[in-house]
Amino acid sequence: MPPSPTSSASSRAEERAGRDQGPGRPTPPTTWTGRGPAGDVAPRRPRRPRRSPLPYALLVPALAVLVAALGYPLYRQAVMSFQEYGLAQQFGQPPEWVGLDNYVTLVTDSYLWTVIARSIVFCVANAAITMVAGTALAVLMTLVGRGPRLTLQIGLLLAWAMPHLASLTVWQWLFDSQYGVINWLLVNLGLDQFAGHSWLIDQLSFFTVATVIVVWMSVPFVAFSVYAGLTQVPGELYEAAEIDGSTAWQRFRQITVPLVKPVLLIVALLQIIWDLKVFTQIFVLQDAGGITAETNLIGTYIYRLGLGEGEFGLAAAASWFVLLLTVALSLYYVRVLVREEEL
Amino acid sequence: MRTRTRQRTFGVVAVVIALIWMFPVYWMLNSSFLPYNRIRAAEPTFLPLNGTVSAYGRVFDSNFFDTLRVSATVTGITVVAALLFAFLAALALSRFRFKGRRSFILAVLIIQMIPAEGLFISQFKLLEGWQLLNSVIGLSLLYIAAVVPFTIWMLRGFVNGVPRDLEEAALVDGCSRLQAFFRITLPLLAPGLVASGVYAFLQAWNEFTLSLVIMTRPENMTLPLWLRSFTESNRISDWAGIMAGSVLVAVPVMIFFLLVQHRMTSGLVSGAVKG
Repeated sequence: MPPSPTSSASSRAEERAGRDQGPGRPTPPTTWTGRGPAGDVAPRRPRRPRRSPLPYALLVPALAVLVAALGYPLYRQAVMSFQEYGLAQQFGQPPEWVGLDNYVTLVTDSYLWTVIARSIVFCVANAAITMVAGTALAVLMTLVGRGPRLTLQIGLLLAWAMPHLASLTVWQWLFDSQYGVINWLLVNLGLDQFAGHSWLIDQLSFFTVATVIVVWMSVPFVAFSVYAGLTQVPGELYEAAEIDGSTAWQRFRQITVPLVKPVLLIVALLQIIWDLKVFTQIFVLQDAGGITAETNLIGTYIYRLGLGEGEFGLAAAASWFVLLLTVALSLYYVRVLVREEEL
Repeated sequence: MRTRTRQRTFGVVAVVIALIWMFPVYWMLNSSFLPYNRIRAAEPTFLPLNGTVSAYGRVFDSNFFDTLRVSATVTGITVVAALLFAFLAALALSRFRFKGRRSFILAVLIIQMIPAEGLFISQFKLLEGWQLLNSVIGLSLLYIAAVVPFTIWMLRGFVNGVPRDLEEAALVDGCSRLQAFFRITLPLLAPGLVASGVYAFLQAWNEFTLSLVIMTRPENMTLPLWLRSFTESNRISDWAGIMAGSVLVAVPVMIFFLLVQHRMTSGLVSGAVKG
């Protein structure tokens, strides 16, 4: 594949590599790079790394916060998941070590599996709809003139910029059973059964509303990322293909898709990670009238188990599902990212 | 000519989609200016002609300003601390080669994917143990840890972009290392610091899950929590007030967001298209 001249990150990297390998450059007079003169050449290790404590000192504050607020809780969570830690322990009774009991309780509880299955279905459906809609809008942006494109971009940006809680509040108002504009519209379209229709009570309709909101919020990111990718495909490729007599669809399938595939992959992966841990949307909609037991996803399930019922041990064990699932997916994302960026 | 009409058709489609997509935002503004009788009419009002700002008055009469203060404090602490810590770390990662550097970068990338939803139970227990539940410091600590990884990643890119030769030239010209840093490097990094700062601001200002878990008392609510409880207590009677509250929460944030939107996309998928 030909290198894309406009990819800012890669050209930056090349520029940097070129500069670093430039011969005869003056070496910094002190140890401040911590490298020998030859150390700049990317893959080779410096012959004698100098042990300057300065970089470590610079990392200390960030590291301290991460250890205190993420590392230690992770450890706590691991310990707690092996303990009987309920309301009694909350009031001072020492927690009892129960080995894998929490995990056994969870795994044999059919409700957990229902929640996990529901989360996965919700995640896959939302990620798929978001990707298809976002990619379609990105392609649309390349097909229209400047005016319509800017209008579309502004519309998407507005939706993207809304804080989640404000969006959720507005959508509740749009879907309001009595005065909501959506019910009004549906009734005026002749669907009389929507007069005073309550959207959140029924499970399927609850998740329809949740999907509409999540997709509305997430499509802009996908659309902008894919559009950025599309604009980097060199135009000569299309011209050449056109001269060779290809149809528009063939050009899309054979040129656009393969070239934009890396962006699609990364964006899809992020979307899956984000949709898997969706919490706020579900939680707020449950508040607004959904039946909790029928609409819990992993996040709200853990919240209600731990902070609602005080079953901290069980909740800690359940949290590991979310963590392991997300980190497993993230590792792939990180691998892609690391391959592309020079560390 | 065929392509001309086709482009025009697509243009119309694009504009229609744009209007649908921004409709909720418009509806929020529109509803916030409507008086009681018009917001609860059989036919919706699509233009707030002869509207009123009384709904905003009702918002200001609630405990809006108390929660605004909590949110502002938490966000302020988070932005300052996260920027400072991340900047130091980014300097280390970008300007030095040391043992453990690669693993630290990898850890930063993985950590930023850890979902609050997988950890809030033990973070709650942690702050409970430190007597930091319902405290601005406790919540800020969790927020700093949540935004620092991505901020490091972002700033590292910016520091990489400042050529070291510039600093060296300043050194040759007789600047001290500190002078070179403050006169050359820092000004060049200003856009990066602003972008990362806005990112941290948006995250802390909009965050819901952790503040729900940590700030359990009504007097310690952050803005998103306030909007939720304000909605709950006025759902039956006052949608105009609720929409006015949403506008107040959303508009300042949207302005900030539009300033940095570009960098956030490019940070997440940078370098993915290589042809």
